Amino acid sequence: MLARQKMPQQDPNVRRANFKEVALGFSKEQAIEEAKRCLQCKKPKCVEGCPVEVKIPDFISHVAKGDFDSAIKEIKTVNALPAICGRVCPQETQCEASCILKKKGEPVSIGRLERFVSDIELAKGVEKPQKPGSSGKKVAIVGSGPAGLTAAADLARMGHSVTIFEALHAAGGVLTYGIPEFRLPKDIVNSEVEYVKKLGVTILLDSVIGKIGTVDDLLLEFDAVFLGTGAGLPVFMNIDGENLNGVYSANEFLTRVNLMKSYRFPEYDTPVRKGKRVIVVGGGNVAMDSARCALRLGADEVTIVYRRGEEEMPARAEEIENAKEEGITFRLLTNPVRLLGDARNWVTHIECVNMYLCEPDGSGRCKPMPLAGSEHKIEADVVIIAIGTSPNPLVPRTTSGLEMSKHGTVVAKQNGQTTKKGVYAGGDAVTGAATVISAMGAGKIAARAIDDYLKTK
Amino acid sequence: MPFTILKKQELVPTIYLMDINAPRIAKKAQPGQFVILRIDETGERIPLTIADFDRKKGTITMIFQAVGKTTTKLSTLKTGDAILDFIGPLGNPAHIENYGTVILVGGGVGVAPIFPQARAFKEAGNKVISIIGARSANLLLWEERMIEVSDEVQITTDDGTKGHHGFVTDIVKKKLESGMKIDRVIAIGPPVMMRAVAGVTKPFNVKTVVSLNSIMVDGTGMCGACRVLVGNETKFACVDGPEFDAHLVDFTLLMNRLSMYQPEEKLAFEKYKCEREGCTC
Repeated sequence: MLARQKMPQQDPNVRRANFKEVALGFSKEQAIEEAKRCLQCKKPKCVEGCPVEVKIPDFISHVAKGDFDSAIKEIKTVNALPAICGRVCPQETQCEASCILKKKGEPVSIGRLERFVSDIELAKGVEKPQKPGSSGKKVAIVGSGPAGLTAAADLARMGHSVTIFEALHAAGGVLTYGIPEFRLPKDIVNSEVEYVKKLGVTILLDSVIGKIGTVDDLLLEFDAVFLGTGAGLPVFMNIDGENLNGVYSANEFLTRVNLMKSYRFPEYDTPVRKGKRVIVVGGGNVAMDSARCALRLGADEVTIVYRRGEEEMPARAEEIENAKEEGITFRLLTNPVRLLGDARNWVTHIECVNMYLCEPDGSGRCKPMPLAGSEHKIEADVVIIAIGTSPNPLVPRTTSGLEMSKHGTVVAKQNGQTTKKGVYAGGDAVTGAATVISAMGAGKIAARAIDDYLKTK
Repeated sequence: MPFTILKKQELVPTIYLMDINAPRIAKKAQPGQFVILRIDETGERIPLTIADFDRKKGTITMIFQAVGKTTTKLSTLKTGDAILDFIGPLGNPAHIENYGTVILVGGGVGVAPIFPQARAFKEAGNKVISIIGARSANLLLWEERMIEVSDEVQITTDDGTKGHHGFVTDIVKKKLESGMKIDRVIAIGPPVMMRAVAGVTKPFNVKTVVSLNSIMVDGTGMCGACRVLVGNETKFACVDGPEFDAHLVDFTLLMNRLSMYQPEEKLAFEKYKCEREGCTC
């Protein structure tokens, strides 16, 4: 069996001080070699593992022949955002997890090949897609994150007139404000957004639905509405000292760094506190992103504090590995108890307690319990809380007849249909914080359901 | 979408008025709400309270004081220029109803957001007593407009150049001590002023509302930069406020958090002044 190609990366000692992309991408030769590893299974398991149903063996067979144009065309019939997916999808738990080669060794690098052909196309300039005949129906999409962009692209391809309402001043949702430049360059996001616009989608920025107009208002003007409002509300720990200066939600920290480009302060006006000793609380991708941003801003030491062990960390293995290579310290089985500050309200320490794991809880992971008497203080001048997010209530609160769960998520059927006629929802707004690709999958499914609904209207 | 400046005026030294063409926001704006703006591509997002709105003309009026880089840069823009981003109307509208007698306190640039509330309280049938203050007579805002919408207007200046020589709180206290039945107090201005008003009204047990000017980024509840402690509970000024019960607000925390980026703000402002004035530092 051919060996899996290694992804060229920036050297950890160099990249820890810059915001340029860590992974550099396959060369043409590498891509072709990697594509040749694919067994072209008759019944491809990988496709079943893909939430947006990319015909993986088909596009890979084009790559193996060096026909990159056909490869990207194949992907784009179902996926409007391949350069993004190729970078941030957790392939190891999806398509690549189902790859037959995995049973004997390493799976085909499906994500990296997807990224490769997308980048080739972006470098050449994206072809203008063909627009279908107009259906005469209008759809409003709330939020321009992965769910909204995917639903918009599919609905536009079906001939509907689509308008996206985005609250922030830039499109992309979490792709823009959350995921850092070094993992997902904003030029890539912008190119994919441009592609969605070329499909005929209008994007209205600076438009906060729930404020500038309600969903009920939208229904007067549009035939259907899709809610892709995400899970943008930060969760705090509710412990003492969380309002000290220097304590950030990961959302705020990442929004300052990514959306507002505070890593280029004072060229860009938005400041962010550059800590010397930074503590990040949490074990997901957002925690890894925050830690690695803090390091790149010039911190001497960045420590991840997580209440369970490494195996329980929800972050992608690749991101944990990247963080370790860059010199991030991990203090596992450690949980914050309170934050301590000085007279001017600045954080100085975080007090933690050691944890141990007992029997599995509802999430299937072992429940962490505090070890009595193990309280200890760690010095910190910046603390970033990355323990999760919940859906933003702005839209649900202002929409009549929209049922919500007790967790604040929108109640929707499998196809995205909500309890309000003509209103569909998908992504984190429905599931709570999850992945980019699952949101895209939900956008795709909802687009089909909306199309069916519009045909009956 | 261009957010064009339709009118710009220096009301008093360092304090400016701007009418922005923003029909969609003007259509929905209510007293008490705010906008977030970003001047240009490298700009920061700053919240400014809505001082007035005209649904027919489709304009939002804001009044701001040039204190740091962004507000100073904003003050250099002229009629016909455009602002890149203008987002709103954010926050909850002020609770306007007929309470009886309402005292509205505005300090410095805080007189601007007090005006649409005074007008709304008056229209709702209240007796409106407005107390407006400034450091000095030449910095006093909108006296005539306040007179138009109030039953009584009291003026204070820190230096005694106009009206009562002293602070707005002196008059608030005098009114309360006079035995007059006051049903509600609204105070908008610098945090020290709002804290002082809260301190004066508390012993009289008169419901007092303040509008908090925390640091914000998105203004839609996404980041939590604007967290304030109200009645020992953490709230987001952007979506839970900006108005809160003054007697429950932790003003010390508010002021500490407002000073969070002082070194960075100073650096950005100095660099901006250097660029504008062409110094060699």
